[in-house]
Amino acid sequence: MRLPLSWLCDFTSLDLPLDDVLATLNDLGLAVESVERVGEGLDGVVAARVLDIAAIPGADRIRAVTVDAGTSAPVPVVCGAWNFTEGDLVPLATVGTVLPGGLEITARRMKGAPSEGMLCAPDELGLPGGHDGILVLDDDAVPGSPVGEVLGIRPDVVVDLEVNANRPDAMSVVGVARDLAARLGLAFAIPEPKVLPTEGVLSAPVEVDDPVGCGRFVAQVLTGLTVGPSPAWLARRLTLAGMRPINNVVDASNYVMLELGQPTHPYDRRRLAGGGLRVRRARPGETLVTLDGSERSLHSADLVICDADDQPVGIAGIMGGASSEIDPTTTEVVLEAAWFDPLSISTSSRRLKLRSEASARFEKGCDWAGIDRAVARFCELLAPSGAVPAGPAADVVGQLPERPPVRLRTSRVNQVLGTDLDDGRIAGYLDPIGFTTTPVAEGALDVELPSWRLDSGTEIDVIEEVARLHGYRAITPTLPRSALTGGLTPYQRDRRTVRQILVGAGADEAWSATFVSSDDLERCLLDRREAVVVTNPLVAAESLLRTSLLPGLVGAVAANARRRQPGVALFEVGHTFRRPPPGQQLPDEVEAAAYAAAGRDAAEAVTAWHLVAEGLVLTDWSLEATTAAGLHPTRTAQVVVAGEAVGVVGEIDPAVLAAHEIGERVAWLELDLGHLLGAGHGNDRYRPVSRFPSSDIDLAFEVDVATPAAAVARTLSRAGADLVVDVALFDVYRGDQLAAGRRSLAFTVRFQAPDRTLTDEEVATARARLVAAVEASHPAVLRA
Amino acid sequence: MSPSPSPSRPWADLVADAVARVAAARDAAELRRLDVELLGRQSAMVAARAALASLPPEERRVAGRALNEARAAVEEALVARRRALEDEERSARLEAERMDLTEVRPTRRRGHLHLVTQARDRLEDVFVGMGYVVADGPEAETDWYNFEALNFPAGHPARNMYDTLYLELGPPESTLLRTHTSPVQVRVMEATTPPIYAVMPGRCYRQDTADASHLPNFHQIEGLVVDRGISFADLAGTLDAFTQAYFGAGIRSRLRPSYFPFTEPSAEFDITCVFCKGDGCRSCGRTGWLELGGCGMVHPNVFRAVGYDPEEWTGFAFGFGIDRMTAQRHGIDDLRELVTNDVRFLRQF
Repeated sequence: MRLPLSWLCDFTSLDLPLDDVLATLNDLGLAVESVERVGEGLDGVVAARVLDIAAIPGADRIRAVTVDAGTSAPVPVVCGAWNFTEGDLVPLATVGTVLPGGLEITARRMKGAPSEGMLCAPDELGLPGGHDGILVLDDDAVPGSPVGEVLGIRPDVVVDLEVNANRPDAMSVVGVARDLAARLGLAFAIPEPKVLPTEGVLSAPVEVDDPVGCGRFVAQVLTGLTVGPSPAWLARRLTLAGMRPINNVVDASNYVMLELGQPTHPYDRRRLAGGGLRVRRARPGETLVTLDGSERSLHSADLVICDADDQPVGIAGIMGGASSEIDPTTTEVVLEAAWFDPLSISTSSRRLKLRSEASARFEKGCDWAGIDRAVARFCELLAPSGAVPAGPAADVVGQLPERPPVRLRTSRVNQVLGTDLDDGRIAGYLDPIGFTTTPVAEGALDVELPSWRLDSGTEIDVIEEVARLHGYRAITPTLPRSALTGGLTPYQRDRRTVRQILVGAGADEAWSATFVSSDDLERCLLDRREAVVVTNPLVAAESLLRTSLLPGLVGAVAANARRRQPGVALFEVGHTFRRPPPGQQLPDEVEAAAYAAAGRDAAEAVTAWHLVAEGLVLTDWSLEATTAAGLHPTRTAQVVVAGEAVGVVGEIDPAVLAAHEIGERVAWLELDLGHLLGAGHGNDRYRPVSRFPSSDIDLAFEVDVATPAAAVARTLSRAGADLVVDVALFDVYRGDQLAAGRRSLAFTVRFQAPDRTLTDEEVATARARLVAAVEASHPAVLRA
Repeated sequence: MSPSPSPSRPWADLVADAVARVAAARDAAELRRLDVELLGRQSAMVAARAALASLPPEERRVAGRALNEARAAVEEALVARRRALEDEERSARLEAERMDLTEVRPTRRRGHLHLVTQARDRLEDVFVGMGYVVADGPEAETDWYNFEALNFPAGHPARNMYDTLYLELGPPESTLLRTHTSPVQVRVMEATTPPIYAVMPGRCYRQDTADASHLPNFHQIEGLVVDRGISFADLAGTLDAFTQAYFGAGIRSRLRPSYFPFTEPSAEFDITCVFCKGDGCRSCGRTGWLELGGCGMVHPNVFRAVGYDPEEWTGFAFGFGIDRMTAQRHGIDDLRELVTNDVRFLRQF
């Protein structure tokens, strides 16, 4: 909210340095977003009457202008603007003036013509209105008058405050002034508006069908007004506060809203059928053209204001309709000032995607008790235009929130805040901000809640006010003493280990988006029907949740390749999502770890898996050939740990790589961390290392290609009973010496007993057992 | 021609000659031959030793000493030469193995953890050191955990502070991507009884267009303390202790009133600008402070939602964005740099 500090001074006397004002605002929770000094740099700019405009020989864009600036001699100036004529009153920046933009005016000659000053466009004076032409002033000023005086501009400071969602009162000048005055110990008062008493009897009939949605509705008829521009001081304040002056009626309404926080709406009484108003819920199918010219479809939850013919003329608390808008011919106004249920306004505003200054206030909760003052202030502001109240205001009170007093315990205040305040100090903080305290017992106060702080309703709300006025920084920090010990869970430690292993394997950690598009999944051959749909994505690329880390990492590999970084290895740890089975609300959400190595084949991914298994000290695991969406159909295996599938390893499908224009193989490993780390791993039991000699033998088998090497190795291990301590595949041969569909697998088998040196006979017997087992279990024969 | 063995003969000439020959030996074989010749069974010294027995006792002692000294001198020369030859041989062998280590092209490289992971790990470690546990939770959440239990009733205007992304699961707007890590607070409280000292890092989502200072998915860390007698002063002290532990001794924190539905009193917390140390610079808008996050005392309604008695337990919560803080610290002007996955970025940290 933009707030000229001069406006605050209507309610309290802020005679302290600007920095102190800003610091106090911040301390009160009214965060200062920016500070702007305005109206400075106008010293030396005066009103000047144009006496003569003449061409300059040889120049077709600039002219020689002579002005009367109230000095004894006319002043010559050269000017490039053409929007004024002889007799106009314009601003002249005299020689020596430094304009708000920093430009210093000097006397000089242009194309031979003397120029002793500069005629100014609005922007050159720091005013709205642009640079299209010279600012032409109201005609009744005396040449030589300071232009600041003519325009009603004084140096001022505009602060932009970030107002928290719980502070509707702070969206007004009086609300901010009240807080500041209370914190600084200054007097604060809102002057009573002076309104001429009315003897008329003209009022607007008001009907409220929904007393819950509309807790109070006041309508005041004003007659005899002339629509025209607002007085300069009022327009200036609106401008500084960031609102565009429109006409005196609309401006007065806006001014009251900015000053008091109460939105009002003026209707042209003659364009309001029946001259009355009715508040009801909209009917399905009803539409309304709002002030911004858009046609809005209404919903039965929206509260609307209708005329006496039951035609909607406004969306309650959000925006008025175009049909009863104030125009230059308006002479009679019905002013609406109401209190609407915050929830109703926020729901409609959100559904209609229509927010206004009014809805921003109503949805946070306005001050129903302040409505009379707001109406009176509107009448007061509009009185110079001839407007007079035509009769008593209609006032319909519906259901307003109950505001019982809050019992505040001093002990609770001190317990929550860690302070040592007594009843008197607490009352001293609360009373000036309208939280009126009554002592009920030692250590207990009853607090009447102000009607402008609808956010406040319970003891903790009041404690927050005490803290705010006491000052957060006045609370001495302490450290809680915990009897607990901190730490990571085993899962969290292992997750870090997995990251470190993959880093050790040479991969850099990526962070890809959780969102994917349908195309992303399709390019990765993943089934989009498994993906969870985002209801309200901003862009199509964010319309689904990833079902795998594949789209993100393959995209990252491709992006690096495009930047001439082929051969990258990347990994990511992140959540993936799948549609839940029926009856489950939340998706199947998995924390996955994936590794992609470009320019490497499946062997690299298997090696990475071996590193993970080694790092986690996994003993019971195997790889089993499989197929998986997006992965190479003949180079993929399932990773099985303790009988449970925990992931896949292999290569990315060449079709996926082609779709991403990746010209190299990409090794792939993806693990479900929950399953992987949930399976037993690590070893906490020492197994004695045998001190007796071991014997190695080499065995080469000719095996069918469909038989996994791991299956043969497993047979060797099992057949060796307790004597085989290691089986290592050391050579694989395919070639001419073997039949098609056969290959040779050569293993080194190490025999060792824990308690003795094995004899040659024992090793020979075991060897025979191993060979027999392999030949019996697999389509395999020992090679000579 | 070596001098003839005689127990009474002085050994000086023979030793001098032997030492000179040993010193001139060119290789180990020659040295072995000299060893045999000078000290072996056929040598003059061995013969002289045998002849000692025939001398009278007094002479025998004198001659024996002379012989021992002579033998020791020759042995010493042999050992010295043997060592010297070994050294030469080793030097020659090593010289032949000389490698230019700058020729090496590494066949393996180590990767890098993402900058944000590094920050997250460090944050976790600081809080673990302060006695906190780390809690994880799902990123897809129900309205209850993300809003309702956190004192955002349906239609509450504060819900508009979060540009929530909803999921097409269950009734409309019942399932969403968490907008903050706070749902994990509720899950932790539901699952345990106080005291609780926990931090909750993780990924969050907002319906936001990615730009230099916003990402639609981003990371937060949140803290929750629930215990008997926890006060706002404890919150201030905890944040100050954390700030100094994480950012360095000169960096302090301050609290300013703010509003969040799930805490009351609520505050924004700022830290001393890490660039100018509080003097005021461009990064902090000349205020000397950087905005870090939000915090406050856990709202009694949140306790009620999880079945805690707010009269018995009090607590505080705080949270802040990891990405923006990290980017700022490392001079990364555009948050989107964090998600490019360009290895030229990833490998810098």
